Amino acid sequence: MRRVMRWIAPARRVVKKLTWFQCFLVLFLTGLSMFMLLPIIYLFNHAFKPASELFKYPPTFIVEHPTLKNFSDLLLASKNSIVPVTRYLFNNLISTSLTIGLSTFFSLLCAFALSKGRFPGKELLFSTIVISLMFAPETVQIPRYFVISQLGLINTYWAHVLPLVAMPVSVFLMKQFIDQVPNEMLEAARIEGANELRVLSSVIVPLSLPAVATVAILSFQGSWSNIETSTFFIEDETMKTLPFYVLTLTSGLSNSVARQGVAAAATLMMFIPNLIFFLLLQRKMIDTMMHSGIK
Amino acid sequence: MNATSLRHLLREMRANWLSYVFVAPFTIVFLLFIFVPTVAAIVLSFTSFNAIEPPKFVGLRNYINLLTQDTTFWMHAIPNTFKFAIIVGPIGYICSFALAWLITQLPSKSRVWYTLAMYAPSLTAGVAMAVVWIVIFSGDRLGYMNSILLELGIIQQPQLWVQDPKYLMNIMIIVSLWASMGVGFLAMLAGIQSVDKTLYEAGKIDGIKSRFQEIWYITIPSMKPQMLFGAVMAIVGTLRAGSISVELTGSNPTPQYAGHLLINHVDDYGFIRYEMGYASSISVVLLILIYATSRLCWRLFGTEGETKS
Repeated sequence: MRRVMRWIAPARRVVKKLTWFQCFLVLFLTGLSMFMLLPIIYLFNHAFKPASELFKYPPTFIVEHPTLKNFSDLLLASKNSIVPVTRYLFNNLISTSLTIGLSTFFSLLCAFALSKGRFPGKELLFSTIVISLMFAPETVQIPRYFVISQLGLINTYWAHVLPLVAMPVSVFLMKQFIDQVPNEMLEAARIEGANELRVLSSVIVPLSLPAVATVAILSFQGSWSNIETSTFFIEDETMKTLPFYVLTLTSGLSNSVARQGVAAAATLMMFIPNLIFFLLLQRKMIDTMMHSGIK
Repeated sequence: MNATSLRHLLREMRANWLSYVFVAPFTIVFLLFIFVPTVAAIVLSFTSFNAIEPPKFVGLRNYINLLTQDTTFWMHAIPNTFKFAIIVGPIGYICSFALAWLITQLPSKSRVWYTLAMYAPSLTAGVAMAVVWIVIFSGDRLGYMNSILLELGIIQQPQLWVQDPKYLMNIMIIVSLWASMGVGFLAMLAGIQSVDKTLYEAGKIDGIKSRFQEIWYITIPSMKPQMLFGAVMAIVGTLRAGSISVELTGSNPTPQYAGHLLINHVDDYGFIRYEMGYASSISVVLLILIYATSRLCWRLFGTEGETKS
C-alpha cells in the first residue's frame, strides 16, 4: 500500500498543477494522437514482420517475432540490380541537404529585403510571390521539363534541387514573421554600426528562428520524399533518389502483396529521418518561441 | 517631368542596390521554375502539341473542346474535385486550427509530442501513404478493414475497398483528412503561441468571459496572417491533390473514374496520351480555379494590411 502511495504522490502533484480542462484535454488529445498514429505504428510493426506474420489470417497488428529480414532483403535485392540502394540514399542525402541550405538561405535573404527594404519593384515582387502561393507545380510539369532541359540540368543534382528551392511558401512565411520584428531594433543595430548582413544575421535570424526552422522542415519534407524530380527530370538510373526506388517497389502493391514487407521496410527508412528531423527542429521551434518571446 | 521622375527612380534603385542583391537569388529561381513554366503552359494551351512535332497554334480549340465535348471532365473530374475539395478543405482547416489551439493549452513540455502525433500523418504523404493504406484497405481477407468488419459481422464477404467506385472517393477523403494537419497546422501553431500574452489579460479586464470569446476576439484577430496562410495552403493542397487516387488504386484513370480529380485529368492527357496542348489547357483551368477560390478566402480572412505592405 505504501509503495503504491509512493508512486501515486508525484503523479498527483503533476495532476494538481493541471486544471480540469487540461486533464480532459490531455485525455482527449492522447486518444486522438493514438488514432492518428495508428497507421504509423502499423508501419513500424509491418517492417519487422517475418513473412509468416505478413500473410497470417486474421491479420495481426503488433509484430510477434520481429526480424530484420525485410531490411536485409531490401539491401540484397538491390545488390543484384544495377544500382545499389545506398546509391539512391546517397543521392537523396546530397539533394536534400542542398535543397534545405539553398532554400532557407534564399528565402531568408529575399524575405528580409521584402519585409524591411524599401526598393522600387518591391510591391510587384511580393504580390507575385503571394499569387504564386496558389501555384501548383503539378499542373505545369510539362513546361518545367522544357526549362530544365534547356538549362542542361537533366541528370544533375540541380534538377533535384532548384525546382524545389523555388518555394514561394517559404518566402511568404518568412516575411510574415520578419514583419513582426520591430523596425526600431534594426535601427538600433544600424546606429551601432552594423551593416545589412550583420543586421540580418544578428537581429533578424535570432528573432525569426521559428520561421527558419519551419522553412527548413518544409524544404526537407518537399525534397526528401519527392518523386516528381526523379520521374520527370532524371533519366540516368544512378541519379535517381530513394523515394523513386521505393515507388518501384510499391507500384505493384495494390494488386499483389508479395513484396509488402520489403516495401514497408523501405518506407520506414524514408519515414524515420522525416520523424527525427521534425522532432529536433520542432523542439527548437517551441523553445525559441518561449525564450525569444516574439510579440 | 518624366525624366526627373525616372532619374528619381534610378537614384532610389541605386540607393537600395543591396535589397536587389538580397532578392536576386530567389527571384531568379522563381522566374525560371514557376513564372516561365506557367506562362509556357498558358501559351501551350492554345496549341496542339505532342512533344515530338513543334507546337501548332490552334486558337481556342482546346478550351472549346474541354468545355463542350469532354464528358469525362464534366461528369467526373469537376464533380469529384468539388466534392473532394469542399469536404477536405474546410474540415481539414478547422481541425488544424482547433488542434493547434488545444495543443497550446497544454503545458509546453508535452506539446512536442502531441504536435508530432498530429503532424506525423502529413509526413507520410506520397510513398508511405501507399504502403500503409493499401494494406489496410486491401481487397482480400488479409486487409485490416475487411478482417475487422468480417469479424464484427458487418460485412459477409471481403470488399474491394479501393477498386470499388462506391467507396474510393470516401476513402480518399478520409485519408486526406487524416493527413491534413500539415503546413497550415504548423503555421497556426506558431501563430497561436506568438500571440501577445498581455492581450489575454487585457481582454479579461475588458470583460471576456469564456475561452471561445478569447479565441474569437483575441487569438484569431491577432494571428490573421497565419490564418490566411493556413486557408490558402488548405485550398491549394486540396485542389492540387490527385496523386492520392493513383496511389490508392495503382491506376490512372481510376476504376470508372470514381476518384478522377483534375490533376489526374491533366496527367491522363499529358503523360499517357501525349496531348500536351490539351493537358495545358486543363491545367490553366485548374490554376484559375485555385486562384479564384483563394481570392475568395482573401476576402474572408484577409486584412488590408497584408495585401498592401
